Formats: sequence, C-alpha cells, structure tokens
Amino acid sequence: MDEALNALLACDLDAGFERMVRTHQDRIYGLALSLTGNTRDAEEVAQDAFVRAHRALAGYAPERIRELKLRAWLHRIALNVVRNRVRVRRVVTQPLDGAAELADTAATTPEGAALRRESAEEMRLLVLSLPAAYRDAVVLRHVQQLSYVEAAEVLGRPVGTVKANVHRGVGMLRLALEGQRVALQAKEVG
Amino acid sequence: MSTMTEEISDDTVVPALRRIGDVRAPQTLLPGVLDAVGIGAQHSAVETDIGTLRIAWTSHGIRAAMRFVSAEEFARWYASKFGTTPRYVESLPPALARGVADVLLGAPGRSRVRFDLRGLTPFEESVLQTALRIPRGEVRPYNWIARRIGRPLAVRAVGTALANNPIPYLIPCHRVVRADGHIGNYGGGGPTQKRAILGWEGVDAAELERMARRGVRFLGSDTTHIVCYPTCRHARRITEPHRVGFGSIEDARAAGYRECKDCTPTSMAA
Repeated sequence: MDEALNALLACDLDAGFERMVRTHQDRIYGLALSLTGNTRDAEEVAQDAFVRAHRALAGYAPERIRELKLRAWLHRIALNVVRNRVRVRRVVTQPLDGAAELADTAATTPEGAALRRESAEEMRLLVLSLPAAYRDAVVLRHVQQLSYVEAAEVLGRPVGTVKANVHRGVGMLRLALEGQRVALQAKEVG
Repeated sequence: MSTMTEEISDDTVVPALRRIGDVRAPQTLLPGVLDAVGIGAQHSAVETDIGTLRIAWTSHGIRAAMRFVSAEEFARWYASKFGTTPRYVESLPPALARGVADVLLGAPGRSRVRFDLRGLTPFEESVLQTALRIPRGEVRPYNWIARRIGRPLAVRAVGTALANNPIPYLIPCHRVVRADGHIGNYGGGGPTQKRAILGWEGVDAAELERMARRGVRFLGSDTTHIVCYPTCRHARRITEPHRVGFGSIEDARAAGYRECKDCTPTSMAA
C-alpha cells in the first residue's frame, strides 16, 4: 500500500488524484483491455472508472481515504464499469466454441498460426471467451497479478470460490490451447 | 490424436496470461480523466495591451502564461513542466478573459482571478503570492519579498523563484527589481521587456536607475516625515519641493522619518 499516496489524496484530492491516475493507469487500462478486448472500449472503461473513483473520493472522509486499498478498490470499480456496460449493451460474450473456431481459422496458414498461437492477441481472445466468473477470476489473479485475497475482495466472493474459478478458467484455457495445437497438427499431417 | 499432443501445463498458460497484462495506458487517458473531473488543463491565447498572451488554466485557476510562442510551443513547454498536455480551445472563457484584462490593468479585485500554483514548493508559492501584493505601477526589491516571507537571507532564492514564475505578467515578477535600483533580470524577454512592461504600467525605470546612481533608494516627504520606496503611490504624490531622498532607511530614521505602512520598506514577515 502506497501510504504517501493515500495521505496525499486525503489532504489534497486533486493533486493526489492526478498521481493516483498516473500510478494505476497502466494496470487499470490493462484490466479494461482484458475484459473488453479492444483498445477503444478499454480506454473508455478506464476513464469512466477513474472518474467514478474521483466522485467517490470527493465524498469520503479523510480517514476512509487513508485506509483505502487503492489497487483493489480501483480494480473493483473498473470491473463494475465493465459489467454495467455489458448489461446495458447486451453484449454477448463469445462462447468457448467461438475461440476454437478462431483457432481453426488461424491454423489455415501453419506459419501464421504458429506465430499467432503465442501471440498475446490470441490469448486475449481465449480469455474473453471464458465464462464471466472464470474470466474475471483468471484476469484478476494471473493477468493483473492480484493475490487471491485481493481478487476475492474485488469480486466480493470467498477466496476458495475465486481459487476454484481461477483453476477452472486456467484449465479451460489449457484445453483450448491444446485444441489449437491438435488442429494445427492435423493440418500439417494433411 | 491426444497422445501426439504434449500436455500444455499451467507453466505455459500462466506466463502467457501475465504477458497480456503488460500494457501501457494510452497517453490520452490521463488528460481525458483530468478533463472529465474538471482538473485537466486547457490553453488558448488572448489579445492584451502587452500583446498576445498564451494562457493555460485548470479548474483551480490560471496555471501558466507566456508570450512570443506558438500554441504548439506553449503546449510542449507546459507538458515538459507539468507532465500533462493541455487541450487547445478556441478562446478563453469570457469570465477568465475579463479576469486576465483586469489583472493586467491592476484591478484584480473586480473579477476574482485564481492562480493554480499546485506543484510549486511552499517557498516558491509564498514568493509568488507576495509578488501579487505589489501594486501596478510600483516596484519592490528582491529583499522586500525575502523579508515579507520571513526568509530575509534568501534573496537569491527569491530571484530564482521569480525567474521560474510559470505565470509571468499576471503574477508580476517584473515588479521586483534589484535593491540597488537596477532593473534586474527577467525571464519574460530580458531587461528590455521588463522595462517595457514596467513603462506600460507607469513605472519610469530610467528615472529609478538615475535616482539609484545618485544613491537615492527611498523618498520621504518633509511635511509628513514618512519615507517610502520611490514608486510607492504615497511617494509619487510628494511634490518636488517637499521630496527628500535617502540612501538607507537608517538615514531616514536618523532624520526623524518613519516607514510607510503601505510599501513597508523594512517590514519583516507580515
């Protein structure tokens, strides 16, 4: 916990706020990118999250701001922004089969597929195709690298549930990656 | 088929996940957020009696000013100083434009112009706040500021703080001159510009320097027996026959004069 930043926020919100955004913007943008899958939505989500954070901080007593675990708190706000957007826009997340299809497409050119299989972009798509509960848990734990305790705090779920969801999510990702490899090898064999 | 596939372990999945988290936020994010919450900077130009003045402001007030630069140069300079790029807008909000004109004409009271001095050290801030108390048409020496802020020995640091004034013209660092009567340096275009702006404000810099060469640093009235800085509005009212020059406040005191309560030639921290 960056106590100096909390202290600054508590006594001079706007000066502290700019520093808070600087400190956390890469992480929060990264979270938004993992949950939305495109840079434009990610920037909107990150901006919206920080604006909400500012509004909230303006209403908090200094003691409360000093106690705030900023990293987990900002993650929770950003996650809620994403959830609300999905609800409003009725965006249907792609089922995992979709990702398998995508892997098939990638596999049509073996060289390209070999490169893309490793690529972050493909991994992103696979993560996005996970069921929401697994996706959020996997992203918080392994993409954002929060501890299980922090991730549980962000998600408002027991640590055990989060661990189980991370485990299942990672398992599904492993299967999806294996599926791609199988598809690729099938093509190579002809 | 599955026997041909070596198993992909968590050791592969987890590092790949970690890699996708390694991203940088776009540069537009921070300014966008600050704007949205009303603390982002904007900049524009305003025509004034001293020429085109570029101004950057936030919801806290005016944060920077500069002449003789293009919008691009001004924005770059601002970014290098404050770390965020101000957004260009066509014109100043009308209230702010009126405020700028009022400040330049020495009537800041009419429109409550605020200055955004965040990011400055407490010392720099107090130097600039004190410079703001020098009325238009008057000048004070660097040591006057040093004494007013309770740091009588920090005269050189006062000079540095004034040289780094991010809001010249509006925070009148040009009204601070050397104790020996010389006009001193000026970040906003050198001594020539300093003289020109002071002249526009009604200060006869050449006359001040002539007086200083004769050893006159203070003026008193032989009717009131009050001694002032030469540009103090009370000193300027003294008619020629009653005007008495002094080289030091000690000389004036010895002659039975007391210091003016407005220009406070020897004041310590107010």
